[in-house]
Amino acid sequence: MAETLTATRAVFDVEKVRADFPALHQEVYGQPLVYLDNAASAQKPQAVIDRVRRYYEREHSNVHRGVHYLSQQATDAYEGARARIAKYINAPDARQVVYTRGTTDAINLVAATFGRANVRAGDEIVLSTMEHHSNIVPWQMLCEATGARLRIIPIDAHGDIAYGAFLSLLSERTKLVALCHVSNALGTVNPVADVIADAHARGTPVLLDGAQALPHMQVDVQALDVDFYCFSGHKMYGPTGIGCLYAKEEHLEAMPPYQGGGDMIETVSFKGTTFNTLPYKFEAGTPNIAGGVGLGATVDYLRALDMRAAAQHEAEVVNYATERLLDVGNIRLVGTAAEKAGVISFLVGDVHPYDAGTILDRLGIAVRTGHHCTQPLMQHLGLPGTVRASFAFYNTREDADRLVEGVRKVKKMFGA
Amino acid sequence: MNPLETQATIDQRAAELVENFAFFDDWMGRYEYLIELGQSLPLIEDEYKSDAFKIKGCQSQVWVRAEAREGLVYYKGDSDAMITKGLVALLVHVLSGQPPEAVAAAPLDFLDDIGLKEHLSPTRKNGLAGMVKQMKRFALALSGVAQNGATTSN
Repeated sequence: MAETLTATRAVFDVEKVRADFPALHQEVYGQPLVYLDNAASAQKPQAVIDRVRRYYEREHSNVHRGVHYLSQQATDAYEGARARIAKYINAPDARQVVYTRGTTDAINLVAATFGRANVRAGDEIVLSTMEHHSNIVPWQMLCEATGARLRIIPIDAHGDIAYGAFLSLLSERTKLVALCHVSNALGTVNPVADVIADAHARGTPVLLDGAQALPHMQVDVQALDVDFYCFSGHKMYGPTGIGCLYAKEEHLEAMPPYQGGGDMIETVSFKGTTFNTLPYKFEAGTPNIAGGVGLGATVDYLRALDMRAAAQHEAEVVNYATERLLDVGNIRLVGTAAEKAGVISFLVGDVHPYDAGTILDRLGIAVRTGHHCTQPLMQHLGLPGTVRASFAFYNTREDADRLVEGVRKVKKMFGA
Repeated sequence: MNPLETQATIDQRAAELVENFAFFDDWMGRYEYLIELGQSLPLIEDEYKSDAFKIKGCQSQVWVRAEAREGLVYYKGDSDAMITKGLVALLVHVLSGQPPEAVAAAPLDFLDDIGLKEHLSPTRKNGLAGMVKQMKRFALALSGVAQNGATTSN
């Protein structure tokens, strides 16, 4: 095939892309900002900022209610965004994309509806050691309410799930496998296609926490055949306070409603209530309309960008930064999985991550320090936390150089 | 620098620290000095490194403990992060060996003047605000005890 003969190297002009992100062009403590806290939240392109602003300036009204012009306009913008988000993740139908406040809200929705309907005493939910608290605590709460229990997939020294152990945890008691697509603390890209195929072979549905995946790759929920896919707008360069739950229609139809209120009903009387159709059954109250509209603009931006070329550039920068960091000496990488995305978690000798992060901050370099909302993982690793430099496609080799220079200063200051 | 050797008031000690920090014209020098101060912190004994003496809300572990001797309050502390340890040492340097009532009433606005302003936000994860609160709480608790002539308290 011709394609295999030609080296496919997509063109990605990082400087042009950086120009789209106003927040990147500022100084902190008199130093040009190096933003390497993207796994906590990514910066927003001007197109998204402008779209949210235009919505508030010209189009705002409540959705799904009014017969008047503005309400129709707001509804069109909000529902049009849902349709484009659905298309971006290749959902079969926009009805299968439920707006939520973010990934945490989406996982809680599934735990409170699918979980309450399907999980009983003695049942099991399979998670991994590297999960974010938001993919642990909702299941723990469900287990406390139902008498079910959590089974935890161990990880190996590199930060990959122990696949054999995963398979041996699956049984007729397993009601759900809930796994991060990409680990926020280690950067591990989990073998989700295999996990889904093997879980499905035993009749077990799979929920993926996609919060850290969508900033780095385009996801096709149908190709994955995933049952539930949860993600946040703000981590994929969109607004805060908005995210989505994608789910297979059979699950969404069978799940009881989540919160009660306006918009999620068909008819209400004091004798009882009938519920609205998908996805509104799960969307009580006036939603984050501006957030939805902004997330629509975000996927438009990403679609125009060529995520494959962006990911290639980002991976090159991450690899370069990793190599240069190791050159500093006395650096311990935490998370060396076979496949990684966006994250370098590390320790500088015995220097406390808080000390390292404080000095890097003063140098204008934004990193995250601490447990990264993965305390069970840190307990497993026997660490108080790590320094995490997390990259986006708008980061550059110069950013990596500044990080490395900063780490050298940290090393010198604390005698590591 | 040893607070035990001087009868200086809280304000005098604070002013002295502000002067010392002003000597450095860049943030790096101030941090290095802060870390150095941390090395002189009277260390809390291991048996007190428990949840009861831990300051909550810090990204690093911080412990502080107080005791009263002859009507004055003395502090010991520790942290696993060196910058945090330096911050504890700053407070201990100013407050240790003072009458508990003076500690409880101390404004501690010198922290504003030593060029480490970024640490003073109550939402910052170093718990400096938490440390101050806890140290003042100890002092308040000890002010009654000290007048009754007791020598230690936790």
